[in-house]
Amino acid sequence: MDFSLLTDLNKDRAARRAAILVTEMTDGRQRLVRKSDDFSADPLAEELAKRFRSGKSGMITTEGGEVFLNVSLPAPRLVIIGAVHISQALVPMAEVAGLDVTVIDPRTAFATEDRFPGSTLKADWPEEVLKDTPLDAFTAVAAVTHDPKIDDFPLMEALKTGCFYVGALGSRKTHAKRLERFTEAGLAPELFDRIDAPIGLDIGAASPEEIAVAVLGAIIKALRTAPGVAA
Amino acid sequence: MTATETTSIPDVLKTAESWRGAGRSVALATVVETWGSAPRPVGSHLVIDAEGNFEGSVSGGCVEGAVVSEAIDVIETGKPTTLEFGVADETAWRVGLSCGGRIRVYVEPVS
Repeated sequence: MDFSLLTDLNKDRAARRAAILVTEMTDGRQRLVRKSDDFSADPLAEELAKRFRSGKSGMITTEGGEVFLNVSLPAPRLVIIGAVHISQALVPMAEVAGLDVTVIDPRTAFATEDRFPGSTLKADWPEEVLKDTPLDAFTAVAAVTHDPKIDDFPLMEALKTGCFYVGALGSRKTHAKRLERFTEAGLAPELFDRIDAPIGLDIGAASPEEIAVAVLGAIIKALRTAPGVAA
Repeated sequence: MTATETTSIPDVLKTAESWRGAGRSVALATVVETWGSAPRPVGSHLVIDAEGNFEGSVSGGCVEGAVVSEAIDVIETGKPTTLEFGVADETAWRVGLSCGGRIRVYVEPVS
């Protein structure tokens, strides 16, 4: 691989741009196609579009011989709303599982470096943070503050932007009230089924650490079963 | 800060860039096809330098040794090559996939 092609690909990955590295197996020639490019004139246009949708890398046979398409989708990201006890366990576990993690909590007593050493921590309102770093289909959102003033906005944004996982802490009763507020805010009710509530896989989790495992399990399940999210 | 900066889990393509950027001779191995139960999916990478240092994986550790020695040849010749591993392989007794699958690995120099 040409070194400049490798640095270009790494730049795309850092900027969360989907790209496909095309390798002609017969002579080793390579090129990079970005999802944002207009590749309609590309001889492989149809195949490239299909691969961007499925996220699957693979070998194809063309008139000119075998061609390998390596699909690079943005790394899955987890945005946790609430710098609470569950989050303290969830951050390191999610990082080990390969997720890029951000914790947002406007309550500065919770969002401290001491409680989240080395983490990407934003001690600000989700409304402000998401202005600069918007949610996308490659992002999971877990809202765990129990406070509608903090949780509601990012949950609604997550549904609107098609986040691959949307989880909300709270009992069934709390969740029913939440959906009432979302309906009043004009959100389409058909989106409500996308919310994982009560949050996490049903493994009988009791402690904050166990709930973190249940949440991470639900995120990985969503990541690996939704098409075009994980490469 | 990204997950790869806060933990020690390597990002193979970034490693390839930093090794090459530091002047080391580098080859990149990529799983391009799998049949049956293969330990690592298509698109998985292993980066190798001329001294045989490597990071990443193309199998669960079954064939990395063989890929590394082939990669050192690729670094010397500058020519990419394709390798196949599996139980049907005649070298199965030495290097093969214990899971019974087959994989095809493309090894190319980073130049």
